Amino acid sequence: MRIPRRRIFAVVIVAAIATAFAVTAATVQAGSGVPTKIGKGEGRLNVIEWPYYTYKSFAKPFEKQTGCIIHRKDAGSSGQMFSLMHGNGGGGGGQYDLVSASGDASLRLIYAHDVQPINIKLIPSWKEFLPVFKSPPHNTVDGVHYGVSLQWGPNTLIYNTKKVKPAPKNWSVIYSKKYAGHVTIPDNPIQIADAALYLEKTKPSLGIKDPYELTQAQLSATVKLLKRQKPLLKRFWSLASDEITSFKNGDVWLGAGWPYQTLAMQANKFPVKEIVPVPTTGWADTWMLASKAPHPNCAYKWMKYVTTPQVEAKQALVFGETPVNPLACKYMNKMQKGSCAGYHLNEPDSYFKTIKFWKTPIPQCGWTKKQTCEDYNAWINAWAQVTG
Amino acid sequence: MATDAGALAAGPSLRRARLRLSGFLWRRPWLKALGLLSLPLAAFLVIYIGSLGALFVSSLWTSNSFTSDIEHTWTLANYRTIFSSANPYLHIAGFTLKMAAAVTVTDAILAFPLAFFMARVASKRTRAVLFVMVLLPLWSSYLVRLYAWQTILAHDGAINWALNGLGLPDQNLAYTNTAMWIVYSYVWLPFMVLPVYAALERIPDSYLEASADLGARGWRTFRSVILPLALPGVVAGSIFTFALTLGDYITPLLIGGTDSKMIGSIVDENFATNLPFAAAFTVIPMTIMGVYLLIARRLGAFEAL
Repeated sequence: MRIPRRRIFAVVIVAAIATAFAVTAATVQAGSGVPTKIGKGEGRLNVIEWPYYTYKSFAKPFEKQTGCIIHRKDAGSSGQMFSLMHGNGGGGGGQYDLVSASGDASLRLIYAHDVQPINIKLIPSWKEFLPVFKSPPHNTVDGVHYGVSLQWGPNTLIYNTKKVKPAPKNWSVIYSKKYAGHVTIPDNPIQIADAALYLEKTKPSLGIKDPYELTQAQLSATVKLLKRQKPLLKRFWSLASDEITSFKNGDVWLGAGWPYQTLAMQANKFPVKEIVPVPTTGWADTWMLASKAPHPNCAYKWMKYVTTPQVEAKQALVFGETPVNPLACKYMNKMQKGSCAGYHLNEPDSYFKTIKFWKTPIPQCGWTKKQTCEDYNAWINAWAQVTG
Repeated sequence: MATDAGALAAGPSLRRARLRLSGFLWRRPWLKALGLLSLPLAAFLVIYIGSLGALFVSSLWTSNSFTSDIEHTWTLANYRTIFSSANPYLHIAGFTLKMAAAVTVTDAILAFPLAFFMARVASKRTRAVLFVMVLLPLWSSYLVRLYAWQTILAHDGAINWALNGLGLPDQNLAYTNTAMWIVYSYVWLPFMVLPVYAALERIPDSYLEASADLGARGWRTFRSVILPLALPGVVAGSIFTFALTLGDYITPLLIGGTDSKMIGSIVDENFATNLPFAAAFTVIPMTIMGVYLLIARRLGAFEAL
């Protein structure tokens, strides 16, 4: 692979600095190998996060324990997260240590060399994780871990129980004319995968094997379905709060969302329910270590801390998502009765096979072993054709 | 006092130097102007013109489809993408232009009578009250006003509530292009009222009297005297309403429906992952505004500002 001159220069600089600090940072080796143990904290940790991912209620005890003071940069979208990590020479620009990337950005970060391999053995809770989140394809490439799974959520079908009768059973309801003008779906190119998953079942002749690995013909068939669906939509939602507003205002009766929206509306006694159709898509986030992380020890300490059952439970309830560590279940129930089941943490392994977790579309097709799939930019372009 | 003492202590040599400097500047007024203007001018050139130049240059580059790295090879590919009929971008640009034009015309029609009343009819006190009312919305955040409109236009919102109260059927206004047109016309209205007011206020009473003396009735005076003199004000106001609509992306996000994407929305979506394309799409409203400003100057809008 051709390495840009700018990057060589940056590597030289980093190597020089690394050598200079080799004595103090002996425990975290610069260069090829991953560290074998976590050294003394650097006193500071800079993260790019989804808002509240280092929320005070669980970040404060960590700061006290480790002395690593957290500095946050909130991101509003996966695209913004990627550009923050990739800017200033890439690898977090020597400024950021960790990024809480979702599955639609994590592979891009790996292939752009903005994140580095980690030693998963340094994160003891990893052994307790649900099997699907130990080495998922969105953060582990060829057996190399580029971060630690964090939290996840299924994409659910939310509906107003007063308006939508009988209760829907699967995704077909958002493609049918019955509720035309009252449907909403997210404004996100990755939504193409939801339509592809629907076609996988309803149009087997297309031969869709993986909703994130679409050939040109499969992608254009999916775009066709989305264009047909468009007149049925009230709107595309961008922010979770936006979707809640349109439900509450009576403009939207059903649509694709996350457990967070459902629980928020139910907490306000608004008559909505959700189902997790089979199959469905889902998202999963990963704390990834920047390749130029200036505070790697604090970063490891955070990854270790945030995956422990108690902290996992706290974060899940702050944000409205599900832990990857099933031992968090009892702590969740202690904090909020029935929340473990409400967030689907107690489901059997077979359940997780029905959720297709977000991953960045790349030209390399897993199922054809060829470079025949459409990449993420093609998806962005296709999405613009749907929404424009 | 301390400084005076200091100046005295420094002796006459310092004072002489100061006098010499001021004399030097007095003899060379261009130097004085340069001293006053160089800093703001440099900021203007570097920050404003410079970044516009950088924007244009980067629109001729491309970005790597996977890593989003900018690739510094000269190409018109971004413009080809925009102008290709297979893509939705021309349609989006056209929609944005139509929206900006509709909002501008609406605001001109709404603002003219209000500005006329304020400038020529209202008493001093009423005028002050009206001024505050026109300006008041500008003192609250644009976002707050958009969210307020979201609830007003909603299916279970104020408008439908009022319609139902009158025995009329519900209107599906929320998340439509009509909703966007209403909201834009509302938020940019003050920017039209103020320049029109300024233009109307400047018309001397004697012109109207002369018109009456020559036998013109109200309508004739309005058409032949007031309107031509107020036109530069309307054009000046239209620069604001047109440009502000052309560049916005928040309203399509919060108020718009499924066919409401505007130029700003596309720039916002591509900014993080495909900067050169976002830059190329920005060049389009810039070109439109450039042409618009040239026409506005012809119509004397800049004297009315």
